Amino acid sequence: MPLIKIRDLHFYRGDRAIFEGVNIDIHRGKITAIMGPSGTGKTTLLRLIGGQLRPDKGTIEVDGQDVHKLSHRDLYELRKRMGMLFQSGALLTDLTVFENVAFPIREHTQLPESMVRDLVLIKLQAVGLRGAHDLMPNELSGGMARRVALARAMTLDPMMIMYDEPFTGQDPISMGTLVNLIHKMNDAMDLTSVIVSHDVAETSEIADHIYLLSAGKVIEQGSPVQLKRSTSQWVQQFMQGLPDGPVPFHYPGNTLEQDLLERKDAV
Amino acid sequence: MIETIRSLGRWGLGSFERLGRGHLFLVKILMGIPELFLRFSLVIQQLYSVGVLSVFLIIIAGLFVGMVLGLQGYNTLVDFGAEESLGVMVSLSLVRELGPVVSALLFAGRAGSALTAEIGLMKSTEQLSGMEMMAVDPIRRIMAPRFIAGLISMPLLAAIFSAVGIYGGFLVGHGLLGVDDGAFWSQMQVKTDWYGDILNGVLKSVVFGVVITWIALFEGYDATPTSEGVGRATTRTVVHSAFAILGLDFILTALMFGG
Amino acid sequence: MQNKNTEITVGMFVVAGLIAIFVLAMKVSNFAEFNDKEGYQVVAEFENIGGLKVRSPITMAGVRVGRVTNIRLDPETFNAMVTLKLSSEYDGIPIDTAASIYTAGLLGEQYIALEAGAEDESLKDGDILDLTQPAIVLEQVIGQFLFSKAEGDE
Repeated sequence: MPLIKIRDLHFYRGDRAIFEGVNIDIHRGKITAIMGPSGTGKTTLLRLIGGQLRPDKGTIEVDGQDVHKLSHRDLYELRKRMGMLFQSGALLTDLTVFENVAFPIREHTQLPESMVRDLVLIKLQAVGLRGAHDLMPNELSGGMARRVALARAMTLDPMMIMYDEPFTGQDPISMGTLVNLIHKMNDAMDLTSVIVSHDVAETSEIADHIYLLSAGKVIEQGSPVQLKRSTSQWVQQFMQGLPDGPVPFHYPGNTLEQDLLERKDAV
Repeated sequence: MIETIRSLGRWGLGSFERLGRGHLFLVKILMGIPELFLRFSLVIQQLYSVGVLSVFLIIIAGLFVGMVLGLQGYNTLVDFGAEESLGVMVSLSLVRELGPVVSALLFAGRAGSALTAEIGLMKSTEQLSGMEMMAVDPIRRIMAPRFIAGLISMPLLAAIFSAVGIYGGFLVGHGLLGVDDGAFWSQMQVKTDWYGDILNGVLKSVVFGVVITWIALFEGYDATPTSEGVGRATTRTVVHSAFAILGLDFILTALMFGG
Repeated sequence: MQNKNTEITVGMFVVAGLIAIFVLAMKVSNFAEFNDKEGYQVVAEFENIGGLKVRSPITMAGVRVGRVTNIRLDPETFNAMVTLKLSSEYDGIPIDTAASIYTAGLLGEQYIALEAGAEDESLKDGDILDLTQPAIVLEQVIGQFLFSKAEGDE
């Protein structure tokens, strides 16, 4: 049975449909990637799974529980077992790196200070930032902030972690570090990982299964190898990053000639 | 024409919706208050940034407002040969009106705007969402302690403002203009009532504290999460707080002193 | 360390605020005498109280001895029944003391002045002052003056 089961998901923002009938299964212990062009609501999907947004129709089940039918208390209990890594890291700016990682422990447990310290240092060691525990978040680079956030997301030993665009805006070295870390964490801690991304190369390197989203629907799914062999032109355009294809280079509108002529008439 | 009516309607519905969300927000904050008694250190942290950091401003402003009252009051009263009533005039103006109102306006500008900016920034950098996903309710963890801190700070600040102001008035009245100090204090004591004047003034400032902190927190929480949105929310906090303070002051004064 | 300093300054802030409220209570307002529960109350009946109000001062030889706590109209005699609260410090006031309503200055507020009588017995809680002199209403005095002037001219 999959850990996350999304069925017939509909979500609208104003009049605009973000999702129209999306079905996704995310299996335990695997890295599942959800990909698609910018603006297809990938981050929205994570927020729906985390229960921060409500779908207009359809259900999302996490570990057998319907996220949007839970009480406030049960939802918060469930969230303790879900880690999420935000694009910006979302570190608390007025706390040090150490306190940021310690934050969930202090909020949810009554552990003695020495144990908190050990736990935090172990998690920081795992992401390679034990030496940075005294720094403030504004002294970290973007990649380091994400690694701290990853350590924080793991402090309560969750069953799954959701990554929101983990590779965006990273230099090749920290991108490689992150790819490596996500992969290692998933295997070492028996996690289930969900990666939302549009960085094709890095994601297909580690993903076990990929869902391609566009215009509110799942266009294609399968392992990275299967997707690369897909005959769909759209999939090929996305996976290879071609500038023109089914997704046109030009924004829909009048032809250039029409616009030029109109302009001439107006003057 | 239809478009104008439609936009008016949309504006009205939007305002009502916002008002509703604001009230729900307040209810959620109030529900988060009981557990703060177990974690009072969170409130102390906020008392520092909301209260302590406003004290200096309040003392300076109170001193000058009191001194001006002393000067102006003397000039008016001396025409009636009633300059001995200067103490009464200064104390009643401060305790009933200027203390609660001016300190609330300053508080909205100093602490209210800072709260909105802080919360707005936390929202735009996904810190609030991040907390929610760590199963920490930001309304309880972030909003409730700030709300309580505002509620406690405001009456204390208003009392400091009034007390400093009365001494300012005394300095000018006695030191500069030579009003008899015995008359100044004794007339004041005769005419200023503990329940009717001072406690009502304190009650006013408690109401203002609640309203300002509520507006400031909600504007931050509801801000569009961009730097422009946070900037606009901060402005709205100051403007709406000022309206709320002055409007409520009229209503409270009518209820307390009108009858 | 940071935390400790924060706590200290917050503590000082709260203390400063409480001191301010204390100053307002003790030095600025009448809080101190309001809480004097030791005082005793007597009633005085006046024909006319003029502009006397609740909380108006009561003096004896110019010294504050109490404060008006209640004013009501007697439904039978149509006189004003004024309740005076006198400080327990002054417990030897003779029972035949007279009460008059005066005005402080020409435009000042009105107050009750007590003039000690000669009896040995002292006033107790609930006693009634019999000897009273009503407030002088300025218009009445002027009216009487003009009236007598007009009569004298005839």
